[in-house]
Amino acid sequence: MPDFSFIFAQSLSGLTAAMFLFLIASGLSLIFGVLRVLNFAHGSFYMLGAYGAYQFVQWFGTGPGRFWWAVLGAALAVAVLGGVIERLLFRYLYDKEELYQLLFTYALVLILSDAAKILWGTQQKSVSRPPGLAGSFHLFGATIPYYNLFILALGPAIALGFWWVLHRTRAGRLIRAAALDRETLAALGVNVNRLYMAVFMIGSFLGGLGGALVTPVKSVVPGMDTEMIVEAFIVVVIGGLGSFWGTFLGALIYGQVLSFGILFIPRFSIFSVFVLMAAVLIIRPWGLLGRPLK
Amino acid sequence: MSRRIPWGALVLLAAFFVPAMGSRYYTFLANDVVIWALFATSLNLLVGYTGLVSFGHAAYFGVGAYTTGILMKKVGLPFLVAFPAAGVAAAAFALLFGYFCVRLTKIYFAMLTLAFAQIVWAICFKWNEVTGGEQGMPEIPYPDFGWVERVGTVLPWVGVYRTSEYFYFLTLVLVGACFWLLRRIVGSPFGRMLTTIRENPERAEFIGVNVRRYELAAFVLAGTFAGLAGGLFGIFNRGVFPDFAYWSKSAEVLIMTLLGGMGAFFGPAVGALALLWLNQQIVSYTEYWPLILGVILVILLFVFPGGIAGATAAAWRRLGRRARGA
Repeated sequence: MPDFSFIFAQSLSGLTAAMFLFLIASGLSLIFGVLRVLNFAHGSFYMLGAYGAYQFVQWFGTGPGRFWWAVLGAALAVAVLGGVIERLLFRYLYDKEELYQLLFTYALVLILSDAAKILWGTQQKSVSRPPGLAGSFHLFGATIPYYNLFILALGPAIALGFWWVLHRTRAGRLIRAAALDRETLAALGVNVNRLYMAVFMIGSFLGGLGGALVTPVKSVVPGMDTEMIVEAFIVVVIGGLGSFWGTFLGALIYGQVLSFGILFIPRFSIFSVFVLMAAVLIIRPWGLLGRPLK
Repeated sequence: MSRRIPWGALVLLAAFFVPAMGSRYYTFLANDVVIWALFATSLNLLVGYTGLVSFGHAAYFGVGAYTTGILMKKVGLPFLVAFPAAGVAAAAFALLFGYFCVRLTKIYFAMLTLAFAQIVWAICFKWNEVTGGEQGMPEIPYPDFGWVERVGTVLPWVGVYRTSEYFYFLTLVLVGACFWLLRRIVGSPFGRMLTTIRENPERAEFIGVNVRRYELAAFVLAGTFAGLAGGLFGIFNRGVFPDFAYWSKSAEVLIMTLLGGMGAFFGPAVGALALLWLNQQIVSYTEYWPLILGVILVILLFVFPGGIAGATAAAWRRLGRRARGA
C-alpha cells in the first residue's frame, strides 16, 4: 500500500486536472446543451487559447499581472473567432443532419490545427508561471505549487459563477429556455440567432480560457487539440451532455480515475476511462446527472 | 443506365492493367484506393443505407488488420486462413459492440461507437506482448506467391510481376468479390428493409420489423467488410499500427464516404479514389494537407452535400432536361 502522502499528492493532482477539464468541458457541454451540436473543434479552441496565451506573453512581457492580461486576451480572441465561425458558417448547419454538423466541426479541427502550425511552427512552447504564484509549499509531505492551488480554487469559483448566471440572471434564463424550446422562445420575440451566437462565444471563451490557463503547467504543442477533445468528450458523456453539474462531476471522476489508474493499473489507465465512458453510455446514455433528450 | 452497362465490372477489369503500365507508384496508389474503397463502402452500408452515423468504424478496420497481421507474422498461418479470420474477428467485435450501440440513437450512437473504437485503440496501443504496442507491428509478410512462379514456368506471361503486384491482383479479386457481395446485400429484401429503417424507423417498427435486429445485422456486416479491408491493408502497408483504430481514422473514412456520395453504391469508392489521388497530388506541393482537406470538407458540406455522385447525378439531370427542352 502506498503511503499517505503519495495518495494525497496523487488525488490532488487528479483534482487539479479535473478543474482544467471542467473549465474546458463546461464550454463543450454548454454548446451541446443549447445548440444540440457536438463540437469537435472545442479542442482546437483550447489549443488556440494556449497558443494565444503564449503569444500575448511574448508581446506583453513577464512583468507582474501581465500573465493574467495575456490569459484574458487569449480567451477573448478565441471567443471572437468562435463568434465569427458561428455567424459565417456554423449557423447554416443547425437544421442539417448530425453527420454534417460533426464533419463540419471536424473540418475546423483540421483547418485550425494546420493554421496553428503555420503561425507558431511545430516546436513546443512554454509559458512560465505568473510571478505571484511561482512558488510552492509542502503539505502532508507533498509539494504543491501555488499555481495548482489557484486552479483548485478557480474551478469551483467558475462553477458557482456559471450557475449563478444560468439560474439568477435574465440572460441565463434565456439560455436555459433556448435549450428547452427554440421555436417558442423565438415566437416570444427573442432573437434566437443572436442568443446562439452568444452561447457559442461563451463556450469558445471557456475552451480558450482553459487552454490559456494550462500553459504554465503543460507545454504548448501541436496535437494538444485532439488529445483534449477526447478527454472533454469523456467528461461530458460521463456527467451528461448539456448538464452543468454533471460536467463538474464528470471532470472530478475522470481526474481521479486517471490519476489512480496510473497508480494501480499503469498500462491500462487510458483504457479504464474509455470503458467508463462506454459503461455510462450503455447504462445511462444521458449521463449521470443529465436528462434524456426528447 | 448503370443497369445495362456493368460499370463496376468494367472498372475492375481496367484496374487489372494498372501494373502493366509499368509504374510501381501507380500500382501502389491503385492498391491503396481499392482497399480504402472497400472500407468506405462498408461504412456506407451503415451510414448511407441504414442511417446510423458511426464515428468508430476504424475499430473494425483495426481489428481486421491486427488479426491478419498477428496470425501471419507471429503464428505463421497462411493468408488463406488469416484473411477470413480478419472478417470473423471484426464481426465478433462488431456483434459485441453493436449489441449495445443499436440501443442508442443519433448522437449517443455516434458517441458509443467512438468510445468502443477508442477502447480498441487503447488495447492496441498498450498491449505490447500481442500487438507490439505503440510501435505497432512492422514487417507483416506478403502471402506466399511461390505457386504463381511455378505456374509462371509453364505460362511465361504470368511470371513477370513483382510480389507487390501479385498482391495487388489478389486484392482486386478479393475486393471485387466483396463488392459483389455488398451489392447483393444492398439489393436484397434485407437491404431494402435497411433503407426503410433509415427513412422511418417508427413505421418499420409498426409493420412488425425488429428494427434493432436489422440494425445490428447491418452493423455486423459493415464491421466484417471493414475487417477484411483492414486485413488487406496491414499487408499492403507492410505493418499494422494502433492509429488504424484511432478516431481520426474513423473521421477520414466518413469524409471519403461523404465526398463520394452516400446516396450511390459506388459513391464511397469514388470518394476513396478522389481523396487519395488528391492527397498524392497535394502532398508534393505542401505539407498542409489537413488544411486543404478541411477546406474541401467545408465546401463539400455547404455546396455539394450529395458528394461527387450527387453532384454528377444533378448535372446529368440538368443536361437531360436541357436536351429535352431544346
